[in-house]
Amino acid sequence: MSFIYDFTGFNQWADTALRQACSPFWAVFWEVLIVGIVFLLFYAVVGLYLVLAERKVCAFIQNRVGPNRVGPYGFFQTIADFIKLMMKEIIPIRKADKFLFNLAPYIVIVINFLALAAIPFAKGLHAIDLNIGIFYILAVSSMGVIGVMLAGWSSNSKYSMIGAMRSGAQIISYELSVGLSLIAICVLAGSLQLSVIVERQSDLWFIFKGHLPAVIAFIIYLIAGTAETNRGPFDLAEAESELTAGYHTEYSGIKFAFFYLAEYINMFIVASIAATLFFGGWMPLHFPGMDGFNHVMDFIPPVFWYLGKTAFLVLVIMWFKWTFPRLRIDQILHLEWKFLLPISLVNILVMAFFVLMGWYFGL
Amino acid sequence: MREIYNYFKTVFFGVKSLLKGLKVTGFYFIRPWTIVTQQYPENRKTLQMFERSKGELVMPHNENNEYLCTGCGICQMNCPNGTIEVKTVIVETPDGKKKKMLDRYIYNLGSCTFCGLCVKTCPSKAITFSTKFEHSVFNKNKLMKTLNKEGSTLKKGAE
Repeated sequence: MSFIYDFTGFNQWADTALRQACSPFWAVFWEVLIVGIVFLLFYAVVGLYLVLAERKVCAFIQNRVGPNRVGPYGFFQTIADFIKLMMKEIIPIRKADKFLFNLAPYIVIVINFLALAAIPFAKGLHAIDLNIGIFYILAVSSMGVIGVMLAGWSSNSKYSMIGAMRSGAQIISYELSVGLSLIAICVLAGSLQLSVIVERQSDLWFIFKGHLPAVIAFIIYLIAGTAETNRGPFDLAEAESELTAGYHTEYSGIKFAFFYLAEYINMFIVASIAATLFFGGWMPLHFPGMDGFNHVMDFIPPVFWYLGKTAFLVLVIMWFKWTFPRLRIDQILHLEWKFLLPISLVNILVMAFFVLMGWYFGL
Repeated sequence: MREIYNYFKTVFFGVKSLLKGLKVTGFYFIRPWTIVTQQYPENRKTLQMFERSKGELVMPHNENNEYLCTGCGICQMNCPNGTIEVKTVIVETPDGKKKKMLDRYIYNLGSCTFCGLCVKTCPSKAITFSTKFEHSVFNKNKLMKTLNKEGSTLKKGAE
């Protein structure tokens, strides 16, 4: 199958041009530098505009207008906020563990970047295409809890500590459901490599192909993914009404902004993994046997397909946050261990059986 | 068997009630015209205030420049901030009786918290809240207001 928009050729052209121009070491150096800067810009833009989107979505749900004074429709509101946060004083905490206290926000940010690196944005638009892509993303994103725990521990404050312990219990529990619901899709795809998973959805997206077990896996992934980002109804790690701000209580200025941006990028990563595994990532909407329709869909660039699906899922996650009340810690663990985990285990079995018998749609 | 049935019943009803909540918030999300926020400085010309909003305390006067306040001072006693001061004078009526009358009704807008206890407890319904809310002035002395107008009298038969 051929695609109109393919970045592989461009990548190869850029690589050969660089290798002809300078020595292999400098070629790799420039490539890494360019990709790094692109990701840094992408990170900042996506983070800032997700904050704005969240404020707008929550305002619309609550019959308000939201930010609308800085620029048209409040378009530059979060940029103004970010500049304000950068200029604010970073208050040193006297009894905090200085080194770990300063390290924690960077760990959170670095782990975000590691996870973003493996996400395919379009054909060929992919920082690293590991053959164990999904496994890598799961492994890396589950390390995010280290940053949160370090922040809570090193702050030497009771609110931070309680928030971090809650966050730890929650992320480690929900990691299981995230992994198991993704395994169900990996069984259907027959691969862990993200580019291969996307290619396998070229005739039909996995959520349609895998029908019932895929839909159950998607719902479980969405719930567990929301919990893993410490958001929505599961935000008891930073429950502002009881713990002031949870693990980032003691942070100020730009370090607080790092935690804040990291939360939104985590949400973006969760939504883009869901889009890639269940809704075909950058793959346009194709149905087997409808060649005319498929061809029309191919004209929409894959980056738009990817961003559209991700934006939709981000919207769903925001919708959760502004609808449901916050759960208690025992209710959260109850939901995970008594409902999501058994259901996802059975779901894998059902999915494996369906794949064995060939009871799925598509080719 | 019963337990398994109950387990799935819990899941089903949980999902159902969550979807009900999502339906409500989704309803308002896709209907931007249900927004109730007023765009204040822009719509200043057409701003519609609500009848019950408490802007500032006023004493309504009728067309003959008459008010209803008998100067009893209940509003002054009920005010938690000492915002109201009712100054009265003793006047002698034509038939020889001595009578307490309102002289000046002083209202300090700067210390008013708009609790509405004065209006609620007024026995003659002489004071009320207006919906005017743009109070900013450059001198705080301008916030001391005398509510009864110049030359006004008590309405005949109101006492």
